[in-house]
Amino acid sequence: MTLSVARAVKDIVKNGYLNAVAVVTIAMSILVVSSFGLFILNANDIIAAWISGIRIMAYLKANLSSEKIFETELKIKEYEGVQKADFISKEQALVFLKEKMKGQSSLLGDLAENPLPDSFEISLNPSVKDIKDIETLAKRIKSIEYVTDVEYGQVWLKRFANILNLFRVGAFGIGCVFFLASVFIIGNTIRLVLYSRREEIEIMRLVGASESFIKIPFYIEGLILGAFGGLVGLIASFLGFISISSNITSGASSSFFKIRFFPMDVSLGIILCSIFVGWLGCYLSLKQFLKKY
Amino acid sequence: MTEKNDRAAIIRLFHVCKRFKDKAALADITFDVYKNDFIFIHGPSGAGKSTLLKMIYLAEPISEGQIIVGGMNLSRIPRKKIPFIRREYGIIFQDFRLIPSKTVLENVSLVLEVKGNSGKAMQRKVKGILKTVGMENKLNAYPPTLSGGEQQRVAIARAVVGEPKIILADEPTGSLDHDSADIVMDLLEKFHSHGTTIIMATHDESLFNRVNGRVIRLQEGHLKTFSENEELMQ
Repeated sequence: MTLSVARAVKDIVKNGYLNAVAVVTIAMSILVVSSFGLFILNANDIIAAWISGIRIMAYLKANLSSEKIFETELKIKEYEGVQKADFISKEQALVFLKEKMKGQSSLLGDLAENPLPDSFEISLNPSVKDIKDIETLAKRIKSIEYVTDVEYGQVWLKRFANILNLFRVGAFGIGCVFFLASVFIIGNTIRLVLYSRREEIEIMRLVGASESFIKIPFYIEGLILGAFGGLVGLIASFLGFISISSNITSGASSSFFKIRFFPMDVSLGIILCSIFVGWLGCYLSLKQFLKKY
Repeated sequence: MTEKNDRAAIIRLFHVCKRFKDKAALADITFDVYKNDFIFIHGPSGAGKSTLLKMIYLAEPISEGQIIVGGMNLSRIPRKKIPFIRREYGIIFQDFRLIPSKTVLENVSLVLEVKGNSGKAMQRKVKGILKTVGMENKLNAYPPTLSGGEQQRVAIARAVVGEPKIILADEPTGSLDHDSADIVMDLLEKFHSHGTTIIMATHDESLFNRVNGRVIRLQEGHLKTFSENEELMQ
């Protein structure tokens, strides 16, 4: 194995230009795909932060007896994901409204009757992180007999989630294109090396070299190219991230969320993916070449 | 009944034929090779000498007939086993077939590396063989910087370093001047005297007198005569 690694390293150095092109291609692919990945990762964080602050407001029918209000509260608290449900009477709601309106509170002074309904302000468990879970919970609450309506900023939440999904699909598509391009470039690099060493391979066969003796250094070469390309791409992404995050943290948005780079396991996953790309490119070109010659 | 007939053959050819599309390159070739034989396969260009050797070292498939090497029928050898059969041979080519990007030492070491050898013991062995062929001062030279005779000596070192039982030499002196050809023949005789079986394709009849060997004459793919010490046997 040591001999195979030495042969692979020697080949990489010997075909420096070709291999540099392969490494740069993988690095570029990793950079583009990980940029999308970073955007999605941080957007998910924003949504998660948003969701953790979400309160579902459940508005009740008018003039309910305290027994019915209590019954509603018990039903709400039974649902999974509900942390607490605070009752807000319509009188309290009016006081809050007046406090919020401050200067315009006189507008509310002439009201003959309090138009606001009784309501429950429902806080969610930290385990609720998905928009769909909130939607399901809100629907169930709305189905309670004495609840007329629920509100949880659904319009904005859905809009944001849709944009995020669009990016996810885009990232997947672009990821696929760059994956194929990288496999093709690596495969082509190995194929060119194989063609240039066609005679050498034939001689090796004639002196009794097994197919694995011939193949293993090429596989190692592919793996090294993949790993190196992945590492370079990841470092480039990190440098880009540092540059962008320093701009964001110096802006006003820093108080709402903190952007972060890929955790260690994801970073390792990215490098493993690029190693796989290197191996796959090598596998395909070797399979084709050794069948032909 | 000669002494050879009492010994077991290490290579047997039975009615071997080789066709390229519709053209017959070799037809009905039958002979045995015994341990420590020195066999010349002689014939003009296109007689089928190289093709015959190629079939023995499995570079060409056999169209008809059988070649038995060490008890194994080469027509039935699975592809995966071919390298192991080739390790039983040392092969020498007219055009040397050294790897130009590898040094003399690396070219010769390759034969042992494919068998899984490495380290200082292997290097010692390779250097010893290169000394035997008189190339000990060119260990780190690359083949393109060597003369034809030197390259062929390296090729011989490569062929014998794995201590093969059989050497297959395809016109080993074909592209060499007289002096270099002499050196090559001296080396082959030397290895032959140590017990190695040699099968050599050549069109040069002057080589027959040097060795106490047998001559197989091919003409247009047919075995014409099979003689020992220039005496027609069959």
